[in-house]
Amino acid sequence: MSQSLLEVRGLRKIFPITRGFLQRTVGHVRAVDGVDFTVNEGETLGLVGESGCGKTTASRCILRAIDPTDGEILYHSRAGRVVDLAAVSPAELRPLRAEIQMIFQDPFGSLNPRMTLLDNVGEPLLVNGIGNRRERADRVAELLRLVGLRPEFMHRFPHAFSGGQRQRIGIARALATGPRLVVADEPVSALDVSVQAQVLNLLLELQSRLRLTFLFVAHDLSVVRHISDRIAVMYVGQLVELAPTDEIFRQPQHPYTAALMRAVPVADPRVRATDGILGGEVPSAAAPPSGCYFHPRCRHAVARCRTEAPALREISPGHFTRCHLAGELAF
Amino acid sequence: MTANAETPLLSVRDLRVSFALDEGLVRAVDGTSFDVMPGQVLGVVGESGCGKSVTMKAILQLVERPGRITSGEIRFRRRDGNGEVDLARLAPRGPDMRDIRGGEIALIPQEPMAAFSPVHTVGDQIIEAILLHGQRWQADRKLGRREAREITVGLFRDVGISMPEQRVDAYSWQLSGGLRQRAMIAMALSCKPRLLIADEPTTAIDVTTQAQVLGLLRDLQAKYNTAIIFITHDLGVIAQMASFVVVMYLGRVMEQGPVDDIFHAPKHPYTSALLRSIPSLYGKTRVALPVISGALPHPFNRPAGCPFHPRCPEAMERCSAAVPSLQPVTPNQLASCFLHHDKAEPA
Repeated sequence: MSQSLLEVRGLRKIFPITRGFLQRTVGHVRAVDGVDFTVNEGETLGLVGESGCGKTTASRCILRAIDPTDGEILYHSRAGRVVDLAAVSPAELRPLRAEIQMIFQDPFGSLNPRMTLLDNVGEPLLVNGIGNRRERADRVAELLRLVGLRPEFMHRFPHAFSGGQRQRIGIARALATGPRLVVADEPVSALDVSVQAQVLNLLLELQSRLRLTFLFVAHDLSVVRHISDRIAVMYVGQLVELAPTDEIFRQPQHPYTAALMRAVPVADPRVRATDGILGGEVPSAAAPPSGCYFHPRCRHAVARCRTEAPALREISPGHFTRCHLAGELAF
Repeated sequence: MTANAETPLLSVRDLRVSFALDEGLVRAVDGTSFDVMPGQVLGVVGESGCGKSVTMKAILQLVERPGRITSGEIRFRRRDGNGEVDLARLAPRGPDMRDIRGGEIALIPQEPMAAFSPVHTVGDQIIEAILLHGQRWQADRKLGRREAREITVGLFRDVGISMPEQRVDAYSWQLSGGLRQRAMIAMALSCKPRLLIADEPTTAIDVTTQAQVLGLLRDLQAKYNTAIIFITHDLGVIAQMASFVVVMYLGRVMEQGPVDDIFHAPKHPYTSALLRSIPSLYGKTRVALPVISGALPHPFNRPAGCPFHPRCPEAMERCSAAVPSLQPVTPNQLASCFLHHDKAEPA
């Protein structure tokens, strides 16, 4: 059951900051700063954090949409090989692209408005040289049916569809090549509340039907909690906590995770949280604080937190946290 | 409209705003009515296209062409005595509207990045507003620039901006998202408004910053007793901020009532469906959520009758024929639904 599909080890992506006419490098943004996690086959790993925490950069590295600076991304391919996605040549990567696909955030910007659904959804098949024209049309019809759209729609253009329907089209395209791993970057955050639930249900249904593995990147904790088996929390380019969903919500071990959960506005006027609001702001990844990156905002910080960077430790089976005081704090 | 004996500060009645586009007429606001009591936090919740932002623009007379207020009243009680004006009748660029806009009704926009000019310091922009409405601070004489600057520094301190003397001279692009939104709130408060319209003030910012800004708005509201219209699509934010809630769908008010009744005893099928469809922090995970079928209709394709009837699980024959009017259904709640009353809008 829990066979790993993807193992990310020490992933690092550093962007240079350049200035002036000669574009001299004046600093570095450590967007992803040594991230380790595993995605098991058939599960959904939720990757959460606030803007600038590196969650999107990490997911782009896995897709090799950008080249990581350092680290390993070990992928267990369908053929049974273990490939380091961070190191393979473009030629070796090509056949693997069909196995790892992406669902985008913006259902308006991510579909080509000049292409019909047939061409939009069929594009991955064309690029990967799968099938002839008729076979592609049959496959697109099947895919549209799979995501709850009528196959007759395939000759229409994206503008004829609502946001929720377009997101379904984007999902159909991601599934065209029969992927095993789907990276979904904020797939429901651009949708209206009444449509969001439909798309979440569709993702859950497709996952069990097609045995998909999801890396679900999002900032909305209630959505991530609903869909994920395990959740990884990022802060300033680092993983601060990773645990099974129920456990991380019941017993968060990192003060940042706890603060993040408290900050979510609860849709019940009888539960009004006024205390424990996290002060300060997310530091810049170009100039992170000393020691633990969270210490300037942490109300539990001790002297050690200012000087010594904590490591990610496994404090109970499957529950990792990056805090010196893990296990000693209760939230 | 409500059981409250107090006179409302703002009273919107059967407001209609439409946009005459080449493709057809879009009825963005189609008969909206609600009241704002002095010092009340009114939450307006709705999905895209429900007309919540256009309603607020209409209140400030900021509807851009080809949009037009076609009918209805926006009665506002002025500061001086009991004089009441109908904002819908005022000239958008006339002296009265200019005095009210910013002076008595202020706006916190969604995108603080777009709302501040990038070529003037944030301080200069707030000082300009204070000087324009100078009589709010000094009734008997003209306010000086130095005094206005001192007021601005004080406001920055009030909204929790550290090092206010230096930050006054910063440009908006030098500030972080949270600071920018705080500066925006300082600007909105700069002329001591009695009504603050906050249009999705925290949608563009992160959740921990959002919690700070919501806490700040709550504190300021308690301190100055300003009435706030809080517009959002986030039911969580509404539950945390509002005391009274208006639920809108396709330009009409579906339901309104005290926040506790809306969340724990919703009357309109749209409200209940919306509440059921959001994943919570406590519910069962990885199970199918109850959904609202279908999609929001295209603005050119407004359904006849009740705007929600094509998606409503409890739709009856009558719902497609007549538009239900907003009627009291409990002592505190009003709903536009034939399940609870049989009064239709006049055809």
